[in-house]
Amino acid sequence: MSIMKNLIHGTNFDHTSLNALQKVTLRAVVMSFLFFGLVAIEGMIMRAVVTGPANPLPEMFSHPYHYFSIMTVHPIVGIFGSTYQLVFAAFMFLVPFLTKKPLYSIKLANAVWLLITIGTALAWIAAFVWQYAPLYTLYWPLPADTEQFKVVGGIVFIIGVALIMLGTFGFIYNIYATIFARVGVHKDKTTKELLISGFGIDGMLNLWHKLTGKPPYSKEPALALPVVAIFRGTVDTFLDAVVILSAGVLVLVYLIFDASGNPLNVAAIDALLYKNYFWWGLDLVADGLVLIYVAGSWYLLATLITGQKLFMENVARAALMLELLVSWMVWSHHLLADQGQPEMMKLISGEMVTAFELLTQGLALFITLVTLWKARPLKMTMELKYLLGGLVGFGLAVPAAIIQADMGMNRVLHNTQWIIMAHVHIALIVGLYMTLYSALYVLWPIVTNNTKMFSSKLSNIHFWLYLIGGIGMGAFGGMAGLDGMLRRHLYVNGEFNTLMILAAICGTMILIAWFIFLLNIVLSVGIKGLIGIFLPAKDPSASYGIEPETIAENHKS
Amino acid sequence: MTFSNSLELLAFHETAYTIYALLIISVIAWFGYNLTRDKKADSIVRIPFYGYIAFLVAGGVGHHIFTYNAIPWVSQDITRHNIKPDASYEFEIAKHKWIGLPKKITIQCGQTVKFDVKSRDLVYGFGLFRQDGTLVTQMQVNPGVDVNGILDSNDMLWTFNHNGVFDLTSTEYSGPAQYSEDGKKDLMLVKNFVEVVGCKEGGAK
Ligand code: HEM
Repeated sequence: MSIMKNLIHGTNFDHTSLNALQKVTLRAVVMSFLFFGLVAIEGMIMRAVVTGPANPLPEMFSHPYHYFSIMTVHPIVGIFGSTYQLVFAAFMFLVPFLTKKPLYSIKLANAVWLLITIGTALAWIAAFVWQYAPLYTLYWPLPADTEQFKVVGGIVFIIGVALIMLGTFGFIYNIYATIFARVGVHKDKTTKELLISGFGIDGMLNLWHKLTGKPPYSKEPALALPVVAIFRGTVDTFLDAVVILSAGVLVLVYLIFDASGNPLNVAAIDALLYKNYFWWGLDLVADGLVLIYVAGSWYLLATLITGQKLFMENVARAALMLELLVSWMVWSHHLLADQGQPEMMKLISGEMVTAFELLTQGLALFITLVTLWKARPLKMTMELKYLLGGLVGFGLAVPAAIIQADMGMNRVLHNTQWIIMAHVHIALIVGLYMTLYSALYVLWPIVTNNTKMFSSKLSNIHFWLYLIGGIGMGAFGGMAGLDGMLRRHLYVNGEFNTLMILAAICGTMILIAWFIFLLNIVLSVGIKGLIGIFLPAKDPSASYGIEPETIAENHKS
Repeated sequence: MTFSNSLELLAFHETAYTIYALLIISVIAWFGYNLTRDKKADSIVRIPFYGYIAFLVAGGVGHHIFTYNAIPWVSQDITRHNIKPDASYEFEIAKHKWIGLPKKITIQCGQTVKFDVKSRDLVYGFGLFRQDGTLVTQMQVNPGVDVNGILDSNDMLWTFNHNGVFDLTSTEYSGPAQYSEDGKKDLMLVKNFVEVVGCKEGGAK
């Protein structure tokens, strides 16, 4: 009976008490977790297919058009529908929260989640209805190959991706307009001061002044460190949106000409040059904004959890700038198996500059750990657990990446399951999502006005199933990769059967974990509350002025 | 230390990375446990900041120096345009079909062979696999033409040090048409494409 009550009414959640900023944040969070469910189901379908004879699914899932359309939308739903949505929501809430200034525009924030949701749905429909399957890397000229794919599918897919990118531009505008607004604490700051702080130049100057024995350049930087990370990561978000959108426009032009009966010559675009351009942009997601946003989130979480200043804050500020520069120069590690790629680019961009990511991410890990260590003893709250899980994820995935970004290793690891499982899925599922879950648990009381979670037992079950499932799937998939199993390849005859069954068991753990998490959330806010989140807010406020220090008090044991 | 084929390298890599993975998971678990303890835990090791940074730099750079010296195909790849191969094979791909592919290639132990593959339409891959499914070597095959309309090369040198029979298939996704409609057949798979003979070791299964 009580479960039924919770299902309808939640614990103590009252959607009418939420202001506009809280509501728009929660709308995107809800969509993000629904998309996560979809991505996990798609992932599990692919996982099941490659178990071969053990595959319990109907035969149609093993058909190449079906299988690869799923593989095409899976990362679109995962990266954009779920991750982008969640990160954007968190940052559009956090920037006003940390700067104590209102968000530039709630309307724009609503447009962001709507555009990303509709765009993701369109891309999904293109794959589901027309089986458009060029995969998310869009290697030229596959996305314009109308012998294999229907033009209409391609057009709908590209419109979907374009809407997602438009939503991304909306997010970027909202963030910068909020940061540069000269109101509240920034009333007396100049744009130049905010820019210097945003790029971390004040951190570098502080370090330089310390070395030369001068007083600090700025005692109290204009922007808090997590805002600097958001500022910096958003530069990459902008650049990658420009690249993805322009590649989309190119594909669209070819498809439209094809539909009009005057196909253009695909050989007019150099495939390797295109690959360089597209990977430069796409890599700004993986090695740019993800790493920078994650480092910033770790710093924020460590300071909020401990209530203390970040260890070596000036170094952290300067490192974020370094990370931005590094992220622009590492794309060649995706082209180490491309023999036409100049050797110097492979060596410098693909190997040497990429190796810097070990330094920048290792530094972020170190600073976070020391900040936590200095504040001992701490209560092992859910947010701390997830933060440690996130650190494990990147602790595993970054060295895996450095190993494969090597001309010797890449020859035998490129395009194998090692890359997509031991590196990509561990980085995303364990590293990134665990960090995001930690942020969610920290922000939950603030965004929901202290709504009680239905069950801490369910939270714990989610944590362990998710952590073990995430690492397990990455590990077994990675081992299959070392045994020669390719990624983006269809194996339906049980070729890597044992490892694939183990990976599928771990994938199922992730799927069950997601369901348990969702159940916990629904039982906390109730179906009525869930619907209420999407109703207009009575309080139009676009800020939330709670002091961050109050969060730390809950973590002292 | 040198690796004479990819199997040896991958076995080494699997062991080294597994040890590392267990170590980092244990360190964070130990760290998490001690975060909550009232009693101040004695650090097992004190890691000086600059020592840690030096370790990261040495790890990042040292890894490439190690592989350059231990993996023979790295320097061979970089200088391949100055190396005269013992044999060369050139073929093309169009519409998911290999064109001009020799029926079978027989290679004497220790020979360095050049593969030059050209694509007339899409991005493909070129990969050789042992009978147990493990990967011998691979490269990407990009389409493209030069100013004279000649197809771009995607060339690779490989020295074969172990006996074995290897299958060929594309290692890059080029659309669903690579497979039969029911997904059961890889239409670009060429069984027993390469045979290496004359080695003392049959290291490759
Ligand atoms: C239960 C969760 C998940 C499972 C079981 C799963 C499974 C898979 C599988 C089986 C593949 C195909 C690998 C191959 O053979 O090439 C794949 C690819 C991929 N997944 Fe996931 N995945 C999950 C979650 C996610 C999430 C949350 C994201 C992103 C946020 C993601 C991003 C990707 C990407 C980028 C690819 C590469 C697609 C390509 O090669 O074109 N996955 N996943």
